[in-house]
Amino acid sequence: MAQMTTANRLTGLRARPGLLERIDVPRRVVFLAAVSMIAIVALLMAFIAWQGIQLFVKDGVSVGEIFSPTWNPLANAGPEFGLLPFIAATVCVTAVALLISTPLSVGLALFLSEVAPNWAKAVVQPSLEIFVGIPSVVWGWLGITVLVPFLADTFSGPIVISLPIAGPVFSMPGFLTGFSWMAGSLVLSIMVLPTITSVSYDAFRAVPQELRTGSLALGTTRWQMIRHLLLPSALSGVLTAVVLGMTRAAGEALAVQMVIGNSPTMPAAITQPLTTLTSQITLDMGNTVFGEPWQDALWTMSLVLLIISITSVVLVRLINKRRLAS
Amino acid sequence: MTATSGSFGRPMAPKPSLRRKSSRGSILADRAATVVLWGTGVLVLLILGSIILHFALAAWGVVSPSFILSDPSETTLGGILPVLWNSIYMLVLTMLIAVPVGVLGGIYMSEYASENAVTSAIRFAEEAISSVPSIVVGLFGLILFVDDAHWGFTALAGALALTFFNLPLMTRLSEQALRAVPQEERSASLALGATKWQTIRHVVVPLAIPGLITGVILTAGRVFGEAAVLLFTSGIGTPPHYNFTNFDLLNPASPWSPFRPATTLSVYIYKLNSEGLGAFKNQIVDGSAAVLISMVLLFNLGARGIGRILTRRLTAS
Amino acid sequence: MNGMRRMSALAVAATLVLAACSANATPSPAPTNPPAPTTAATVNCVSGSITEAGSTALQPLIQDAATAYQSACPGATITVNGGGSGTGLGQVDGGSVQIGASDVLANTKLATPDADTLVDHVVCRQGWIVVTNLDVTGITNLTTQQNIDIWTGTDTNWSQVGGPNIPIVLIFRPQSSGTRATFLRLVLGGATEATGGQTLTEDSNGAVTTAVTKTNGAVSVIGFSYYNDPANKPLLNGLQLDGVSATIANVGNGTYKLAADGNLYTKGTATGLTAAFLDFMMGPEVQGTIIPKDSYGPVSMQ
Repeated sequence: MAQMTTANRLTGLRARPGLLERIDVPRRVVFLAAVSMIAIVALLMAFIAWQGIQLFVKDGVSVGEIFSPTWNPLANAGPEFGLLPFIAATVCVTAVALLISTPLSVGLALFLSEVAPNWAKAVVQPSLEIFVGIPSVVWGWLGITVLVPFLADTFSGPIVISLPIAGPVFSMPGFLTGFSWMAGSLVLSIMVLPTITSVSYDAFRAVPQELRTGSLALGTTRWQMIRHLLLPSALSGVLTAVVLGMTRAAGEALAVQMVIGNSPTMPAAITQPLTTLTSQITLDMGNTVFGEPWQDALWTMSLVLLIISITSVVLVRLINKRRLAS
Repeated sequence: MTATSGSFGRPMAPKPSLRRKSSRGSILADRAATVVLWGTGVLVLLILGSIILHFALAAWGVVSPSFILSDPSETTLGGILPVLWNSIYMLVLTMLIAVPVGVLGGIYMSEYASENAVTSAIRFAEEAISSVPSIVVGLFGLILFVDDAHWGFTALAGALALTFFNLPLMTRLSEQALRAVPQEERSASLALGATKWQTIRHVVVPLAIPGLITGVILTAGRVFGEAAVLLFTSGIGTPPHYNFTNFDLLNPASPWSPFRPATTLSVYIYKLNSEGLGAFKNQIVDGSAAVLISMVLLFNLGARGIGRILTRRLTAS
Repeated sequence: MNGMRRMSALAVAATLVLAACSANATPSPAPTNPPAPTTAATVNCVSGSITEAGSTALQPLIQDAATAYQSACPGATITVNGGGSGTGLGQVDGGSVQIGASDVLANTKLATPDADTLVDHVVCRQGWIVVTNLDVTGITNLTTQQNIDIWTGTDTNWSQVGGPNIPIVLIFRPQSSGTRATFLRLVLGGATEATGGQTLTEDSNGAVTTAVTKTNGAVSVIGFSYYNDPANKPLLNGLQLDGVSATIANVGNGTYKLAADGNLYTKGTATGLTAAFLDFMMGPEVQGTIIPKDSYGPVSMQ
């Protein structure tokens, strides 16, 4: 069958290679197209790195200073470019987003791969694709119009968790304003859900079917099979999914900027406003002029973001190398 | 209690502990897990359903043919024609650059590449750039095209920055589509005396077309929704009235020209939230968001539909 | 009141606008054939395409002026971009746009050799108003000292300035924004603003308005044009400053102090469509009609 169609397709073609092919033009062209990617990445990294180090090279800020918790470019005693609040906020907001999203996403991936009947898959999978397609500004808009007022109205009083006998075990001040760490994390957790779900789903599907049937034949329940066989086997795939989700969350700009409140302070409570690397860049880039130290500091933040994402790529590679090796 | 709270072990083979008979407790745990897993599926559907319902209700009475076909206004509801046009324009411009380069790159990776340092560098670059935050790509475009090249905010600057952003995805999806073509098709073609390039051009690529088109449409959906890249490259403003009969590509006044600022629908939503004026501001945002989501929906359905039709047609021949 | 203001503004504009124009724009961008003040409809039409970028505080005015100019002159295309004052200054300096709008003077952002190549055209006066969430009842005025106490974090509850018992939530513009710099200079006198805890920062008038309306006890500062927008005004509690109402008239007579010039910058002397549009900005239609409509003050008030 395959041979038949192939023969049909080749009918009428010259058997001899054309001139272009004899000097190997096609190969060169496609090679160039593929290599252009390296060029783009190299260019991008070089540009951002060059701009990112200007703060140290040109403006004489020491590398240690950017790890100060004080960000005040207008300080009377001279600008202070401490990036720690932004880095800490990026880490914290991303961490809580993953904490919310990972159980949900992995659960959903398990549902799709192990539990769902075909009709349910046919409904859920396209829905996930729509989730991916909803633009970040739309998430931000939903965050402002629905989530932020909801948080402010519902949890304005102190938040206390009480157990029936032990009494209050946890309490913290409520939301003075809905623009907060929590709002940022919630928006991000939904935005990274499709990424984590689809990559974990692939990891679960990659586990050979015989292992499942073998396990079930031994009399284990489906949950025991999932817990003791599927999750351990797919662990590196799930970790990859989480790292990819983390990268997406740390790099998301507009949706977070719209709901997080943009207060350059060190994270202390989940109800407080924060500002992440991306949101601070969005805030200040337009108001500063190319070449002034203030904008150089923003480029340094971009460099930090770039380092975070490259690190995560390396991390994913290491995880997968270990999987292949084991 | 969710599915992930179980402890992760290392071994691939079933543990000896699994060999015991299912106890009452383990059956209960299994039931509970099934319920929880169904619950996640239902929850995600509920979230998506309520979001779509939210925008459907919010857009009710806003989105109409005249909303799609009018210029923006501050005193009336107006419309989104120029920004919608810009979104489609940017999409086409970006795809004009990204599709050829992406497909050719995919051909190299699938048909020519051997496992060497260059190939692994390309793969690393692919992964690296798809994980770079879009705002960083936007800033890169800002220095390179807007400032250094003195183009100012232009559609071309935005399209090039978006190409950087989408090329890896396009390349990877093309590579996947090409790899999915069975090896025996290639062997058969080569056995019949076709050259490698003839095989690729007349056998592999045609068979991979459904996958390639799916790749194009999925990449296109991303272009449509992207805002952070374009904020810094193609500009943020209310577009002037477009005269669609002006086809002078070098005239920045022509809506067909790549040398003009082009605020897209996603950027426009951001703009309205930041600087919008007028009593209809919120309705316009809701309407725009609904249009945006519908377009993305159409792209996804389109990708599936076209892929299915082409697969049927090509495999039937 | 409104109509009267418009009438008087029109009269003032008709007589003074050309003088104001040549007095404020250095060097004068006046064309060889300036439109006669008596024929308001005369517009010096130049074909072509230019781009403006920069200050979002000035954007509503420039947008409306550009729309009016383009409807009078179909051969002209004027694209109005936001981006912030820094973007405006940086891009007009780099030659990427023809007009850069800024709330602050060029020499506060750019180094001297660059700043000196830019020509400043003051096209309007703009004012800002302190606004609060509607739940801050019983407060209609804040003195300069009260503002300082609030914005430096000395006062943290509205009851300390005679309002209800609600914590104060400060909503800043970014430190880099022209609005914040102007407020810091004119009202706070350079005092150190509060940070951390429950302060928010929003990067635009629109985002600030949304944040104020959705946050109990919130206070912020927005431009007149955004405050007087029909969609925003009913949702906000606008405050007097030192007992002076935030009106264009009070900006004009100098009693309302939270006001500044709106600056449009060109690289060197403006030519062609840029010059014609800047003239149009100084002409009677913009100064007399569009400026009052959008809640700015004509340059004659300077």
